[in-house]
Amino acid sequence: MKPFDYRRAESPSDATDAGARIIAGGTNLLDLMKLEIERPDTLIDINRLDLKAIEETEEGGLRIGALVTNSDCAADPRIRRDYGVLARAILAGASGQLRNKATTGGNLCQRTRCGYFYDTAMPCNKRDPGSGCQAKDGFNRIHAVLGASEACIATYPGDMAVAMTALDATVEIESKGGETRIVPVADFHRLPGDTPERDNVLDPGDLITAVTLPPPPGGVHLYRKVRDRASYAFALVSVAAVVTIADGRFERVALAFGGLAHKPWRDPRVEELLTGEEPGPALFDEAAEMLLADAEGHGHNDFKIPLAWRTLRAVLTEASERGDTA
Amino acid sequence: MTNSLTMDTPAERRRLDEMHQGLVGEPLDRPDGPLKVSGRATYAHEWNLEDTAYGVLVRATIAKGKAAIANRAEIEAMDGVLTVLTDNRFLRNPAQGTAGEAPVQSGLDVEYFGQPVALVVAETFEQARHAAQAVIFDGEAEADVPFDPEAVDPEEQEDETVDQGDLDAAMREAAHSIDAVYRTAGHAAAAMEPHCSIASWDGDELTLRGSYQMLKYNVAELADALGIDEDKVRILSPFVGGGFGSKLGISPEAVSAAIAAKALGRPVVVNMARQQVFDAILRRSETRQHVRLAADEDGRLTGIGHEALVSNAPGEEFAEPVTQSTHFLYAGESRKLGLSIARIHRTPAGSVRAPGEAVGMPVLECAMDELAEAAAIDPVELRKRNIPERHPEEDIPFSSRKYVEALDEGARRFGWDKRNRHPGGLVEGEWLIGHGMAGASRVNMLNAAEARVTLSADGHATVETDMTDIGTGTYAILSQVAGEMLGLPIDKVETKLGDSSFPKGPGSGGSWGASSSGSAVFLACEEIRKAICERLDCEESDLTLKDGTATAGNRSLPLADLLGGDDLVGEGKIEPGKTGEECAQATYGAYFCEVAVNRYTGETRVRRMTGVFGAGRILNRKTATSQCLGGITWGIGMALTEELVHDPRDGHIVNRDLAEYHVPVNLDVPQIDIVLLDERDDAASPIQAKGIGELGLCGAAGAVANAIYNATGIRVRNFPITLDKLIGELPGS
Repeated sequence: MKPFDYRRAESPSDATDAGARIIAGGTNLLDLMKLEIERPDTLIDINRLDLKAIEETEEGGLRIGALVTNSDCAADPRIRRDYGVLARAILAGASGQLRNKATTGGNLCQRTRCGYFYDTAMPCNKRDPGSGCQAKDGFNRIHAVLGASEACIATYPGDMAVAMTALDATVEIESKGGETRIVPVADFHRLPGDTPERDNVLDPGDLITAVTLPPPPGGVHLYRKVRDRASYAFALVSVAAVVTIADGRFERVALAFGGLAHKPWRDPRVEELLTGEEPGPALFDEAAEMLLADAEGHGHNDFKIPLAWRTLRAVLTEASERGDTA
Repeated sequence: MTNSLTMDTPAERRRLDEMHQGLVGEPLDRPDGPLKVSGRATYAHEWNLEDTAYGVLVRATIAKGKAAIANRAEIEAMDGVLTVLTDNRFLRNPAQGTAGEAPVQSGLDVEYFGQPVALVVAETFEQARHAAQAVIFDGEAEADVPFDPEAVDPEEQEDETVDQGDLDAAMREAAHSIDAVYRTAGHAAAAMEPHCSIASWDGDELTLRGSYQMLKYNVAELADALGIDEDKVRILSPFVGGGFGSKLGISPEAVSAAIAAKALGRPVVVNMARQQVFDAILRRSETRQHVRLAADEDGRLTGIGHEALVSNAPGEEFAEPVTQSTHFLYAGESRKLGLSIARIHRTPAGSVRAPGEAVGMPVLECAMDELAEAAAIDPVELRKRNIPERHPEEDIPFSSRKYVEALDEGARRFGWDKRNRHPGGLVEGEWLIGHGMAGASRVNMLNAAEARVTLSADGHATVETDMTDIGTGTYAILSQVAGEMLGLPIDKVETKLGDSSFPKGPGSGGSWGASSSGSAVFLACEEIRKAICERLDCEESDLTLKDGTATAGNRSLPLADLLGGDDLVGEGKIEPGKTGEECAQATYGAYFCEVAVNRYTGETRVRRMTGVFGAGRILNRKTATSQCLGGITWGIGMALTEELVHDPRDGHIVNRDLAEYHVPVNLDVPQIDIVLLDERDDAASPIQAKGIGELGLCGAAGAVANAIYNATGIRVRNFPITLDKLIGELPGS
């Protein structure tokens, strides 16, 4: 770990003015600093800021403060009642200890990563731009099959943001000078392109202050995470689904996918295809085919394509069965 | 007063059964448990010696060649840095178990990616780690280095070869036969506590506080590595946070800490980071196993073939003994067993959790499952039909063997008669349900052991040996044996372990610790009992010791009165003898497993498991059961998740932390039903106990794999059975 200065922010502007690396729970950042993958000169600790509340919005949604821990968020009765997909996604991630420390804003900022990114002896365009990607011709079982680039095939490892993407949540970002902007969670993370060192749209000095959920969407909420062991593993494929069925047809379908790309993946065409249609295996296969038409494996991760196909089929089957009895 | 016994004849007088305290076998708590869960047990890193400097190892980032530090002056000038050490005495890799001499010492000659080649020492850990990260190597990397064990010409291990009868002919003539190639992945021991040593010198005498399993051997290895006399080395290892084979031999951090401490004239601690443990501590070899089974119409084996390929680094003698149980578990006149070793430049391989049987038994038991299906015979019955009268290769008798009892009791408890009989045919919603079983077997070994027992004037006893407790229960069981023999309640007995200045034990490994050290304690106590008899002027057979009172004939008096202010000291020494050669000793068991496989995603969940084991006299039912639970847990890991992944270009381990190297987590492990059979093995040890530590693993993964086949109809012969190996063949593909 490189020696660094530590300061405590007493106000959001303390954090944004400094333009320094922000620390909240530190569950990912501290690991990265120990390995010197992250080497900040200064850390600004925002844990004392007043960003720990979950409040109802005028529109009927919820505003989740950036410092609400993952544990508290998943346990909130309003989240559990109205946004089940989010509670389930959070509880599918990490471990109890990590969720107690990890925050809503910090979770969004966890690095998109892979084993080669974590090994500083390896070239990695994400860690050291221009040095090359070792994963493409190396061991790439957990890597992306959608939206990858020549420069990077890493996958976004989180669960919370996948559910938030399906929920059309937005991120509230305060910038240097106090200006605030709103970015959909779906647009917060980036595809790697030729700048994989940037995981998301934050600029230096930007501070996430909250995530806002729109009014409860109703319907069936599912989060299915497929992984190599029953807990404490990243998703090979995950699906967040918020589905409403009326008169035997899909009325509203929101689907987001983890484990497939450098960011939570959402494909509106697939949702359009399903909307208004009668659930059934042929339709599910058509949806999966559309979702995965451009998917490309790199060898070890080829299986993710049929796995995503089958997982989507399972989720849509479950949603339609539950939706009919709801 | 040393009571020595060489195990040349079976111990038919079962002395422990004649005792009266009632401690042996009881499920007593481990006395070290409260210390461990409350942070009062001092682990290797926790001694906090005054003026300690911190060392961090630096790894080579080439697979083979010569390393040289390009920026030594720059590193030495960094804040807090005391020295940057390279030394020809640095270990390439840990010593193999029971080596008793230094392993390859290669200095800056690199033979695998991740080999520790330098040590940066600084005033604080943070300074040392930061400086270590800044080290830049130049030097020459060799090209065309082999990493793939299946791409090189292997060396045959001739002493492992058996070629008996004519297996080819048996296969041709068989009514039913199986001929299949299986593969198992490499494994990391994955002990919770990373390897750590604190070295401190007093003149030319070295004290090493480390986390080690076998102090007798470790002292010799460390002394040899440093070029000093063994009597100048003391190792303290009272608490070990898990070993699993990875702490059998002295490892790189110990030698580098000792060299640095000598150079700096102050204590130096070197703690390996988790990633370094993956890089530089011995792994379990991956295996390729070719199994052939030939059977007659009734499923009786006429031939058995088991030929394995494993790997290791050049110069390492250890070869994963894959076929160890295949030699004797099942009959079959024609036999062809072999072991070959590929020399490659991955992290060197060594003993990890039940070396040999852990990976050999599941494969043999999968092949037996395939044969049972081919012959349309109940898998339990198939095994029972093939249990040989005598060792099929050495023609010697078996000592106590509870295999049939384990199979029958397991089948009964599990409800084997209600199993799914149609592979792929039992569906519950999204899940395919299947049942499978496998046998367990592991060779039993006794190793030379010494112990000292002191019965103090105040009537309490102290056991001393350099034996270790790596979480297995040694502290508990040695106190139980001593308390039983001396008639003392458990709270009047203290066991002291993990100090190389104590009488030499066998170390924790090979499952021999309990029976070997337990026997040494037993023999030491016999010596004390003799002394008591002298004071009471009675025959030993007339002496009853219970609750601190000695009784002989019609006389009874408290031990404290009998001792009259004296301490009685007994020393015991056990050595293996002819009973180890004249009969085949092993432990046995059976596993029964129910799995659910998701028919969409191929995820496997183990729903329940039953394990029944016979390992001679059980010294503590609780700790023995825990050992079996742990073994089965590792078996679930081997079956479903554990796999060391090596980069094909430089051999480095890609998944070098516990987030990416998947040991089973709580949610992967269901309720497991463990049964310990009542058994005495007179040939094994004077206390009729055999080793149980590793038995729980020796076949467990086979039961899971067979259950997956039963659930899905898909036979995966490549462990671990991750979902990607199933989804291509699941229904709806």
